[in-house]
Amino acid sequence: MSEKSREFWRWREYRYTMPDMDWHDTKVVTAGVDIGSVGSKAVVMLDGELYSFAAMRTGGESEETAIKVMNWALEETELKTENVPYVVGTGYGRVNVPFAKRTITEIACHARGAHYIYGPTVRTVLDIGGQDCKAIRCDEKGKVMSFLMNDKCAAGTGRGLEVFADLIRVPIEELGKTSLDVEDEPPPVSNTCVIFAKAESLALLRQGLSREKVAAAYHLAMVNRIIDLLTRVGIEKDFVVTGGVAKNTGIVSRLERNLGIKPLEPKLDPILAGAMGAALFAKALYEKEIGLR
Amino acid sequence: MQAHYGYKDGSGDYFIIIDTDKCNGCGKCVNACPYGVLELIEDEFDIEGGLMAAVTEEQRKKIKYSCGPCKPVSGERRLPCVLACEPKAITHSW
Ligand code: SF4
Ligand code: SF4
Repeated sequence: MSEKSREFWRWREYRYTMPDMDWHDTKVVTAGVDIGSVGSKAVVMLDGELYSFAAMRTGGESEETAIKVMNWALEETELKTENVPYVVGTGYGRVNVPFAKRTITEIACHARGAHYIYGPTVRTVLDIGGQDCKAIRCDEKGKVMSFLMNDKCAAGTGRGLEVFADLIRVPIEELGKTSLDVEDEPPPVSNTCVIFAKAESLALLRQGLSREKVAAAYHLAMVNRIIDLLTRVGIEKDFVVTGGVAKNTGIVSRLERNLGIKPLEPKLDPILAGAMGAALFAKALYEKEIGLR
Repeated sequence: MQAHYGYKDGSGDYFIIIDTDKCNGCGKCVNACPYGVLELIEDEFDIEGGLMAAVTEEQRKKIKYSCGPCKPVSGERRLPCVLACEPKAITHSW
């Protein structure tokens, strides 16, 4: 691909199956499908343990994407969608998961998924998704106590970062690192609305500011906005970040610096938190259905 | 659960907070609100389900303006949504 047509925003799609697990000797097989505005994720669990998963870009048709991502997660397992007795849909496109029996909001699923990934000490979950940002407080069981969703604009979201990656021509997966490659932090861009922030960043580049500096200014503006949200619900330790942007070190390390709280390190990919939570809700719902609880 | 709907901008914090543990899904606030800010939604937070009040998706971005007429600059404040709610599940941050 030539440098000109390179897609800097494109992140890696992937799938994985846990090698030493076998669905033949499990009681309950469930799945969670999280259709986000940018990424779609499917997680299959065996008796509530992570077994197989996939993450890909959401296509124009969410229903088609739901089928694709589920098939991809099941690819090396010899299981078919119809062999999974309970699937829960979540995320912005949750109503478009044709094989899901129930839908649960992504807020509840992210809290539940974070509880699974990071353990029962988690009290504050920050989910930065493709098009919105959610601050969630939860209890030791992963149940939501309080939440705040910011959907004023695409500010401080994954989609905003994708647009920005393209603008400064740095691959999305290296963007956070690039933004940290500055000696001292420049002032944040004054606007976090994607359209204005883009114009402002372009102006800064034209003034001769380095890509690193402009990236730092953009990340810092995002972080300031996120901190506003978090202070509204209150931040209590342990603090974790989920969603695709959790992998952006430029965001996470600035959050840590400016909040004075270190987010826990994930043991599993935090982009899967919503789908994991959905698969766990599916387990509870299925057990209720068949009279196990 | 405390559900916060709204936003913060340069001029302040604009959130409607619904205590879903208190909300019984009666819908009185929805009928009382003259500007269609509130709606009843399926409780998708828990496996038990049920109904609960929420701010409509469209209104979440503009409650500062939509709720404006209900909030006199001076004098006693009587918000129709808050008055309609018997279990006192609704609060406003501003
Ligand atoms: S009036 Fe109160 S209890 Fe009834 S739906 Fe509205 S918030 Fe819930
Ligand atoms: S303050 Fe007025 S406009 Fe706003 S939600 Fe309550 S009744 Fe509706």
